[in-house]
Amino acid sequence: MSKRYSALSLAVEGLRGHTGWAPVWRHPRPQPAYDAVIIGGGGHGLATAYYLAKLHGIRRVAVLEKGWLGSGNTGRNTTVVRSNYFYPESVALYDLALRLYEGLSHDLNYNIMLSQRGIINVAHSDAEMEICARLANAMQINGVDAELFGPEQVRGVAPAMNFDPRSRYPVFGGVWHKRGGTARHDGVAWGYARAADALGVDIIQNCTVEDFLIEGGVCKGVITAAGTIRAERVGLAAASHSATLAAKAGFELPTRIYTLQAMVSEPVKPALDTVVLTLGTGTYVSQSDKGEFVFGGGLDRITSFAQRGNSPVHESVVAGLLDAFPGLGQLKLMRQWAGIVDVVPDSSPLIGPSPVPGLFLNCGWGTGGFKAIPAGGWLLAHLIAKGEHHPISRPFDLDRFARGALIDEAAGSGIAH
Amino acid sequence: MQLFPCPFCGTRDETEFHFLGEADSPRPAGGGTASLAEWTRYLYFQRNLKGRVAEIWSHAPCGETFRMERDNVTHVVYASASLRRESAP
Repeated sequence: MSKRYSALSLAVEGLRGHTGWAPVWRHPRPQPAYDAVIIGGGGHGLATAYYLAKLHGIRRVAVLEKGWLGSGNTGRNTTVVRSNYFYPESVALYDLALRLYEGLSHDLNYNIMLSQRGIINVAHSDAEMEICARLANAMQINGVDAELFGPEQVRGVAPAMNFDPRSRYPVFGGVWHKRGGTARHDGVAWGYARAADALGVDIIQNCTVEDFLIEGGVCKGVITAAGTIRAERVGLAAASHSATLAAKAGFELPTRIYTLQAMVSEPVKPALDTVVLTLGTGTYVSQSDKGEFVFGGGLDRITSFAQRGNSPVHESVVAGLLDAFPGLGQLKLMRQWAGIVDVVPDSSPLIGPSPVPGLFLNCGWGTGGFKAIPAGGWLLAHLIAKGEHHPISRPFDLDRFARGALIDEAAGSGIAH
Repeated sequence: MQLFPCPFCGTRDETEFHFLGEADSPRPAGGGTASLAEWTRYLYFQRNLKGRVAEIWSHAPCGETFRMERDNVTHVVYASASLRRESAP
């Protein structure tokens, strides 16, 4: 069992040559049965297990991960957290996530390195400024911090940007969201894993779920490479692979599977202490604590399960970065990678019961799953424990497509998700 | 850069193509008499198979709409065929 982390424990270990640190989660063999099984050992799955054990007292829980913890999209994103959304339903969801993030390091006793450095969405025309004013107003009405910035205020938070009025995407202003920022993505997965393990959750890595155990039309567990594991309640939090697993359970999801790329430059001295998104190019960028510029942009518009990305989008993302920050043109790219994201037609997630009783969904986060991890886990845990929606997750049920009650954030907040 | 075969123009860059949807998902017959479930499935849901799939694509420069079979993991393209009819109905 791992020890409690504190400044004192760090100091003591420093004096002892760091010989006293122990592994922070067990590597148990799967039991034949649990109260709940969660498929997917990314942030959402681990957070679900943690909140099931902590808030609902359900501790006979297993998290099944086909690779290693956080090896999917949790470890592949650009670490941005924010809640600058348009519709009240979305704000309730993403602001729950951000509020949980704000207390997460203390809650988990694990430093997730949350840095609320602020995020600026930069506009390039009078028309885009009107859209920004609309978004800022909606955010304020919904109780989220937002401020409409003019060009000089943008210069104040991101002085390294290109402010030449003759540029292709000149800076007219933007929306400033002060509580947005970044968090250490691996740390979020590891922190939830450590805390869940301490509450008795079994975290089982390298365990692929191959099929579901369905008896009388009800999900009664999963069939894995390591054998059958029975559970009265199963949570599916496997991002794009939720769709392929849904097919095994006999239903379809309203998702499209796309590749989303990200990349980092070589590390340099601090030059950018906020997150910048330019609406004209869709490129977003922040600078990590190590000094690397971490950036990404839009989707590769070719449906794909390959986790690599392709050159046309790669080129347009880099071009977008250099348009906003010409001074970065001398930097070398150090790494490029991609995750596969499940995008829903209305760019909002799928949270709720599946068509198969006993199987619950938390997927469809598209390009924006990392920022939502605490809320996704919190709401799926509520669903599994209570068997019904929390009011915050109700609008994101799979039934919204038949009801025509879409929550179209791609149109609402104008941000690719 | 991926290269896709347009049945009309031949091999062209991926940036010229637009994914329209999975193949073999026909519009519900009967129009207004089709059920809510049929329309919902047709409008929003997909099979999302991993591996070899059949999809409908369009080639923007010439407007050709065609069926393409490819592998969505390896990106190998197996076949493409026009959806044009020989004569208008």
